[in-house]
Amino acid sequence: MSKKLLVALDGSDCGRRALNAAVQHASLTNSDLVLTYVIEWTPYSFHTPQELEERHQRRESEIERANEAILASEHAVAVSEGIKVETVVRHGKIAETLIEVAKEYDVGQIYIGRRGESLVQMIFGSVTAALIQTSEVPVTVVP
Amino acid sequence: MKRFFFSLVTLLLGSISTAHAGIDDAINSATAPIATFIGQVVFFKIPIFGAQLPVVVLWLVAGAVFFTFYMGFINLRGFKHAIQLVRGDYADPNSHGEVSHFQALATAVSGTVGIGNIGGVAVAVTVGGPGATFWLIMAGFLGMSTKFVECTLGVKYRKEFDDGHVSGGPMYYLRQGFKDRGMEGFGKFMGTFYAIGIFIGALGIGNMFQSNQAYVQLNNVSGGALDGLGWLVGLILAGVVFAVIIGGIKSIARVTEKIVPFMAVFYCLFAIIVILMNAGSLPQAIANIFTGAFTGEGVAGGALGAMIIGFQRAVFSNEAGIGSASIAHAAVKTDEPVTEGIVSLLEPFIDTIVICTITALVIGTAQVADPNFAGESLGVAMTSAAFEREFSWFPIPLAFAALLFAFSTMISWSYYGLKGWTYLFGEGDRGQTIYKILFCVFVALGCVVQLGPILDISDALVFLICVPNILGLYFLAPIVKREMISYFARVESGEIVKFK
Repeated sequence: MSKKLLVALDGSDCGRRALNAAVQHASLTNSDLVLTYVIEWTPYSFHTPQELEERHQRRESEIERANEAILASEHAVAVSEGIKVETVVRHGKIAETLIEVAKEYDVGQIYIGRRGESLVQMIFGSVTAALIQTSEVPVTVVP
Repeated sequence: MKRFFFSLVTLLLGSISTAHAGIDDAINSATAPIATFIGQVVFFKIPIFGAQLPVVVLWLVAGAVFFTFYMGFINLRGFKHAIQLVRGDYADPNSHGEVSHFQALATAVSGTVGIGNIGGVAVAVTVGGPGATFWLIMAGFLGMSTKFVECTLGVKYRKEFDDGHVSGGPMYYLRQGFKDRGMEGFGKFMGTFYAIGIFIGALGIGNMFQSNQAYVQLNNVSGGALDGLGWLVGLILAGVVFAVIIGGIKSIARVTEKIVPFMAVFYCLFAIIVILMNAGSLPQAIANIFTGAFTGEGVAGGALGAMIIGFQRAVFSNEAGIGSASIAHAAVKTDEPVTEGIVSLLEPFIDTIVICTITALVIGTAQVADPNFAGESLGVAMTSAAFEREFSWFPIPLAFAALLFAFSTMISWSYYGLKGWTYLFGEGDRGQTIYKILFCVFVALGCVVQLGPILDISDALVFLICVPNILGLYFLAPIVKREMISYFARVESGEIVKFK
């Protein structure tokens, strides 16, 4: 089994909780971490020409924000524990993209934080629920 | 030109003190001679076998036929690949977050699916008989090749600014493409010619015609309650456009962009239901289209007359040869300009071959059942009457759809026109604001003048900009062909990776 653990981050507390749990797990089993930040995006949306023009710039700044603000600090936490860390920032549907990245990086387990369920999520299902339903590797949900 | 705008504006302001209907009349009588004049200049007609062939229509069709053959029927060959691209089969996950092929297509389509699809077809059928529909579809099919060429070039020669935003379109490929072929001076002239054309043309096709027909339809469903109040509807519409393009209220635009595709689907769905309800008249309606196409019975100029009208309306609707879509597609970040060209093939297909044909069949079947179903109605009102025969409530959602189509087309065209403007006068904010205000003024004017002169002005201005564009396409087509051959070879060899 792969020694890599994927941690889904989103800049919130629940992402941090998932990271803490994954760091513990990784230091016990001597695993590597793949810190993944997915920016919610779909190729099937509608925009004005003006928005298309600005898209590339906005994408760059979204990635920069994700990289700098979130991953940099999370990265430091993991590195200080002496764990090897890779980072991935990608646009896409969250659950689907996490699974794609897990496959690409040959990940053995996914860590994700649980968010408070809103009414909408109870009806349409949350990212976590979608991930659990479709993942091909074990998923650990951290409360 | 400036003087012409000013006189219109002063005219509008000056007549506000007179009665409501007086304003509408005053503007009408002022614009009619201008429209006639522009129409005469641009639509210089050659009489052939009793029909009047406008030179510019010949120009567009000749281009479309040439590109279809020169590119080896890319409109057929590229169709399947276009769908694969839009589905994202070739999208690299690492480039996710950039403008997708689907998004570029959707934006370009909502710019072209406008009142022309509802009202323009009715005009074609009224003037050119049912046979015009056949030529309309034919023009849509041929236009796919023109779109392919212009959108590929739009991406290939776009300009990337330091801050990461991109501008592209015919003015850029004309300038750069001719320069690459050793004709720098001529390229500059052509780029400027086009830029002037698109920024003035944007005020017609993408503006006055749209707001005019939206008003007509609103007035129609309200039972004439808005008679003589065109200026008021115009001011409101102009206000909303103002809020979006100057006030930067993106939420309005975003909502429209989201509703428009659903409206288009809703429109097609109901159109198909109406056609099915008239299924008995369908064989006759289709037969009329084919016989009309080749006999042109009852049409001025016979079959050729029907053909000319069909072509004219098709171009007005799908904008192939005008180069506008290439401005929208240029924003896409891709290493393969050909992919955007291939995706853009679908625009004339969706716009003309699907939506226009459906509208034509709704009108056609109604005509078979009752030749005088529409009475005196023209344009959108005629299409509306055809729907009303089956669903008495339909004119209301149709008016809503027409309003939204008009609105999204206006937003798209304000951008196209703006790109022409910034090409000429630079990216300065002040200049951009002047253009945008001018654009809003014309939205208001569009509701006040009558359909006839508006159509003439719109057609004339739009066709004017296809002159430099198509000329450029001829010169640059070998470049596109080379890229196309290389691209398909790499798809074949697997060098271009399929991700799904």
